[in-house]
Amino acid sequence: MSRIEVLKTYKIYIGGSFPRTESGRYYPLIANKKTVANMCLSSVKDFRNAVVAARGAQGGWSHKTAYNRCQILYRIAEVLEGRKAQFVEELELQGSTKAKAQQEVDLSIDRLIYYAGWCDKYTQLYSTVNPVSGSFFNFSVPEPTGVVSVFAPQKSGLLGLVTQIASIIAGGNTCVVLAAEQLALCAVTFAEVLATSDVPGGVVNILTGNQTELLTQFAAHKDVNAILYCGKDAEMIAKIQDLAIENLKRVVIREDGDYFDEKHESPYLIFDFQETKTTWHPIEVIAGAGAGY
Amino acid sequence: MKQIDFSNSPRIDQVGIEDRIARITARSIKKESKMQGLLMALNMIDLTTLEGADTEEKVKQLCFKAHHLHDDIPGLPTTAAVCVYPNFVKLAVNELKGTGVKVAAVATAFPSGQSSAEIKLLDTKMAVDNGADEVDMVISRGKFHSGDYNFVFDEIAMIKEACGKNVRLKVILETGEIGTLDKVRQASDIAMYAGADFIKTSTGKIKPAATLPVTLVMLEAIRDYYYKTGIMIGMKPAGGISTSKLALQYLLMVKETLGGKWLTNEYFRFGASSLANDVLLQIAKQQSGIYQSNDYFSKV
Repeated sequence: MSRIEVLKTYKIYIGGSFPRTESGRYYPLIANKKTVANMCLSSVKDFRNAVVAARGAQGGWSHKTAYNRCQILYRIAEVLEGRKAQFVEELELQGSTKAKAQQEVDLSIDRLIYYAGWCDKYTQLYSTVNPVSGSFFNFSVPEPTGVVSVFAPQKSGLLGLVTQIASIIAGGNTCVVLAAEQLALCAVTFAEVLATSDVPGGVVNILTGNQTELLTQFAAHKDVNAILYCGKDAEMIAKIQDLAIENLKRVVIREDGDYFDEKHESPYLIFDFQETKTTWHPIEVIAGAGAGY
Repeated sequence: MKQIDFSNSPRIDQVGIEDRIARITARSIKKESKMQGLLMALNMIDLTTLEGADTEEKVKQLCFKAHHLHDDIPGLPTTAAVCVYPNFVKLAVNELKGTGVKVAAVATAFPSGQSSAEIKLLDTKMAVDNGADEVDMVISRGKFHSGDYNFVFDEIAMIKEACGKNVRLKVILETGEIGTLDKVRQASDIAMYAGADFIKTSTGKIKPAATLPVTLVMLEAIRDYYYKTGIMIGMKPAGGISTSKLALQYLLMVKETLGGKWLTNEYFRFGASSLANDVLLQIAKQQSGIYQSNDYFSKV
C-alpha cells in the first residue's frame, strides 16, 4: 500500500512556542501557480502578543554577556548547517534553482557566523571617550534600542531574513518579524532552528501574513522602540514615518532584493539599532587624569 | 444554631470545574462590554504592597496611585482599597483621607499565621485601632490539615470579634497550601460560618496563588451559603492576576455564578499590584486604538 504523505503545518513563532494565529485565518502560499502551503494570516493580536514576548525577553537578552551572545548566534549557524537540506528543498519549492538555493543557505550560515563574531566587538568600536572641559571623565557607549518590529525583505525569503535578524539581535535587541508574504516557508523553518539553538524564547518572534494589514500597529505600537522596513514603496515608508512619531520610534529603511552582496555584512547595520549613552563621571582634578580629555 | 459538621462539606467535581473554566476562558469580551468590565475591574482592585522592603515613601506612592490611577485619562475610578502591613495603616489612612479609598491591613502573623492567639489579636487590634477599614487574616493551615477545624473556626470568630461590626474581615485560605478543591470548599464553609465578610484565596506569597478553578469553587460556596442564610459574602482572589484578560474572566465568572449583585467592590475584589497598570494600558488602547507601553504609566 502506498504511503500517504504527511504535510507540514506552518505555524507562527511567538515567545519560543509555535501557536497558530489566534484569528484562525490562513492564506495560500503560491509558487509556480501551485499552492505550496497554507500559512497563518497573522492578526494585530498576534503582533501584540509577540511584542509582549519580545519586551519580556529584552532585559534578559541584552544583559547576557556579549561573549554569550556570540556563542548563541554561532549555535544558530550550527543548527542551520545541520538542516541545510530542508532549507534547500523549501527554497526550491518557492521557485529557486537548486544551485542558487544551496548558495543562499550557505551564505545564510556564513552571515550568522559573521554577526556572531561582532557581538563582543562592536561596543569597543562605537564607544568613545569625549573631551570635556570640566572635572569629569566623559564616555559614551552604545546600548540596544530595545524591541524592533521588522518588515522582512519580500524578495529574499531566507538570506534577507537571516541578515536582518542577525544584525538586530547581535546588538542585544529583541524583534518581531513579519516574514515575506510569498516566501515564508523558510521563515517558519528558521524559527524552528532558533527554537532549538539556545536563543531564549521571545528574542525573535516570527509572524507570517500581510504587511498592509499589520502596518499601523507595527509602526504605531508604543512598546516598540524601532521599526525596520525593507523595501521601496514610498507610500508605505511615508506611513511608517508618520505613525512612528507616536513614540519617536527609530525608523530604519533598508533595501529589498539581492542579499548576496557583501555590503550586507557590516557593523554599521548593528549600529542602526543602538542608542548612545553618555556618562559624566566626576573626577577630582582634571589634570590629574594625565590626559587631554 | 445547630452545630455544623464541616467534614460534610460538599465534594467537588474537579473535572466539572475544569470544564466550566474552559468554557469561560474561551469567551471573548469586546468593545463596550470590555470597556465597562475594565473600569469595573479598576474599581475592584485592592492595590497591594506586602514586602519586607516596603518603606513609608512606597506606601505614600501607592496611596497616591490608588486615587490618581492615570490622570491623563479623565473619569477613571479609584481603586477599592490599598492593602498594607499593619504598621503602615496610620500613614495610609492619613494619605487617603477624603478619597473614598479604603485601607486594608493584613494581620494575624501574615503570611504564615504561625503564632499565638494573643499575638494575632494584638496584630489585629493594632490595625483596627490605627483606623483600618478592613482586615485580611490568614487561617492556620497547619491546624486545618491536622483536622482541627474547631480551632480554625474559633480563631476566625475571635478575630471577627476583635474587628467589631464596622471593620470587614477577609479570611485568607491560602489555597496553594490547602491542596485539593474539596479542602478549599471545606475551608470556605468554615470561614463563612465563623463570620468572614470576605473569603480570599491567597497571600500572594505562595504559588499557585489565585486560579480560576479555585475561585469558582469558592464562589459556589458563597452561593450555597447565600441560599441557606441570605447573607452575601464577598470574594477576593489575590496573587497572580496581572492581565486584563484574566480579570475580565474573573468578572464573568462572578456574574454567572453569583449574579450582578456581586459585581461591586462591596462584594468582589482583586488583590493585585500590577493588574492596575495592565488594565490602564488596555483602557488607553481602547480609546486611542494604539497598543500602549508601560513606559508611559507609573511604575508603582
